[in-house]
Amino acid sequence: MTTVPVVQEIMSANDSLAAQTRQALDAAGVLGVNIMASPGAGKTSVILQTIAALKDSLHLGVVEGDTAAVTIDADKVISAGMPAVQINTGGQCHLDAVMLGKALPALPLDELDLLIVENVGNLICPASFTLGTHVNVVIASVPEGDDKPYKYPNIYRGIDALILNKIDLLPYIDFNQDYFRQGIEVLNPGVTFFAMSCTTGEGVQEWAEWLQDRTR
Amino acid sequence: MALDWRLPVQYVREVGNTATSFYTNTMHEMAVTQSILNIAVEHAERCGATRVTALNLVIGQLSSIVDDSVQFYWEIVSKDSLCEGAALNFERIAAQMNCLDCQYTYALSRGLEACPQCGGFQVRVVAGDEFRLESIEVEEAGQPVS
Repeated sequence: MTTVPVVQEIMSANDSLAAQTRQALDAAGVLGVNIMASPGAGKTSVILQTIAALKDSLHLGVVEGDTAAVTIDADKVISAGMPAVQINTGGQCHLDAVMLGKALPALPLDELDLLIVENVGNLICPASFTLGTHVNVVIASVPEGDDKPYKYPNIYRGIDALILNKIDLLPYIDFNQDYFRQGIEVLNPGVTFFAMSCTTGEGVQEWAEWLQDRTR
Repeated sequence: MALDWRLPVQYVREVGNTATSFYTNTMHEMAVTQSILNIAVEHAERCGATRVTALNLVIGQLSSIVDDSVQFYWEIVSKDSLCEGAALNFERIAAQMNCLDCQYTYALSRGLEACPQCGGFQVRVVAGDEFRLESIEVEEAGQPVS
């Protein structure tokens, strides 16, 4: 019996592909944004609002990750006038670097400034797979409850921005914003926080400007 | 200035599914277990091993990995490979946080906790993120090639 030292990160295969994606994005001068959230938090709505806010100043592309073979979200992005690629994960609960790497050639990267990746709606699995994006964002929504950072800590770790969506519902739902924000802060000291409503448009402009500042 | 950015519809394409990905199944523990197997087999082949008898994994408390789940998938994915029948040894690393306000270092006993010394929420993780294959136990190994 011999012990063979390995000392290799288990996610190294995914991480090295993610690094290639990062290089491809950098070479094309594209800012990559990974949007993670639970199903129904408003990922597609936020993306559509972002397109509306930035379409006159930036070229956006969108990669839509869905577990089922539907193009509902991609169709909405196309209708909004931006190129979109649909990834059907074949039942898988998250996007990984392989899938995003395969999707990129279908987009006109050289013509884009901003690439938004809508991950599969899930608060657990996407946290384990880096994609190579520059900015990682979680969208939480008021109806999900204020305890989610405590119950699903991994998805909230290492993010650059947190969007709290559906704030127009705050008068109707028992949601302690201080408790919620403390949970986010523990995981990400100094994280950028946006309170948003895709229904009223509140907070959309601040988010869009923050994003635009990060494009080159 | 408004940019003219009309969308050619042919950009809509479905990519995938993941049958050709190296992660071939649905839940993330399955994908992770497949990764563990790939790394172990690669290192075992590199040193000419005929069989892998054990894998020593180092997994931090904050990695969202369930040992039992990995163990369950392991028996499926390792079948008919050099690793078939190999034991999985999990070394768990406790999470340690460091308070950015008062520099106090503390262990997490249950869930997310503010600094117990000053109550601060500005904390960073100093241990507990580990997620690696440390070593493998093999039979009839030659010299490892680096």
